[in-house]
Amino acid sequence: MSIGHTLLGLLESGPRHGYDLKRAFDEKFGHDKPLHYGQVYSTMSRLLKNGLVEVDGIEAGGGPERKRYAITEAGVTDVQRWLATPEKPEPYLQSTLYTKVVLALLTGRDAAELLDVQRAEHLRLMRILTDRKRKGDLADQLICDHALFHLEADLRWLELAAARLGRLAQEVRPA
Amino acid sequence: MTPAGSLLTARGLRKAYGPTTALDGAEFSIHPGEVVAVMGPSGSGKSTLLHCLAGIVRPDEGSITYNGRELTGLPDSALSALRRSEFGFVFQFGQLVPELTCVENVALPLRLNGARRKDAEATARTWMERLEVDDVAAKRPGEVSGGQGQRVAVARALATGPRVVFADEPTGALDSLNGERVMELLTDAARSTNAAVVLVTHETRVAAYSDREIVVRDRRSRDMERVV
Repeated sequence: MSIGHTLLGLLESGPRHGYDLKRAFDEKFGHDKPLHYGQVYSTMSRLLKNGLVEVDGIEAGGGPERKRYAITEAGVTDVQRWLATPEKPEPYLQSTLYTKVVLALLTGRDAAELLDVQRAEHLRLMRILTDRKRKGDLADQLICDHALFHLEADLRWLELAAARLGRLAQEVRPA
Repeated sequence: MTPAGSLLTARGLRKAYGPTTALDGAEFSIHPGEVVAVMGPSGSGKSTLLHCLAGIVRPDEGSITYNGRELTGLPDSALSALRRSEFGFVFQFGQLVPELTCVENVALPLRLNGARRKDAEATARTWMERLEVDDVAAKRPGEVSGGQGQRVAVARALATGPRVVFADEPTGALDSLNGERVMELLTDAARSTNAAVVLVTHETRVAAYSDREIVVRDRRSRDMERVV
């Protein structure tokens, strides 16, 4: 994820301090990976240098001075461009799972067992996400659904692979 | 031997339909208040396992213990009474009686157990409220949406206060939003009444509402909790 664009997008609703930005980011997008302060300040100084944000005010308190950032016209255009550009779909070719299945078959190990254990592991995470979704707000539900659909796709592949293990074994084993 | 505290346990179940083996040594156990997903590809024996556990089909071999009582030797009349009073059922297509209104459908198992109409319908309405379908009480199944019909079916399954709910692909005919809502309501209601749920599904998002899964493959079952 582009942290710069995300912070810029958060600034579109009005000027904020670095600390507020971090908090807003963590609340909305950083459930499992909160931002470090260092990341926020290095990103903001880069955006400042590129003219995408400007300093809207400085508060001098007892501690270090607090800069308040505002998005510039160029910043808004940059966010707009980022949002309008489609993300490259990740094809997940040659995944670790595929490699493990083929290696298990090549070495005469139990590939069906490997798939069963992997399914159980995926389901374990899906249960955690489902539980979080049940207890969370709409934003939580969307985040969890996104992860759940990806895990479900993995599992559908696992089932398909399990159904084809016999044929795959014939193809990958040396004659 | 029965796993400590389990409500329903099956050991070494075998079942064949003519020359076709449907189950070949399946094991199963579930505790009160637990939701167990039975997963596996089509034709693996999931539904046969559920039908054996629920006393709908008699296994050729093996034992099924419910609440300390062996089911395999019971006469049909005793099994039928057990299904009516202790078990609840939800199927893929609600299987509601089309001539009855939704509230009459939910009240039906209570009426079959001897409850008076007024009492049965009052209980039915409470469950319909809980499943968020009290507004369709007076409608017939043909007049409600698939999602509403399935919630009515869940209300019917829970109305008698069953100790085990058997759900065979309960969301199979629903879109994912409706399916998940049905799962939420079904599992919330079951957990709050300490009922066990045996959930047959091939959908992993549905299985994610369970506490653990049993995988049926090649007519044998496998408790994944004991593997991982």
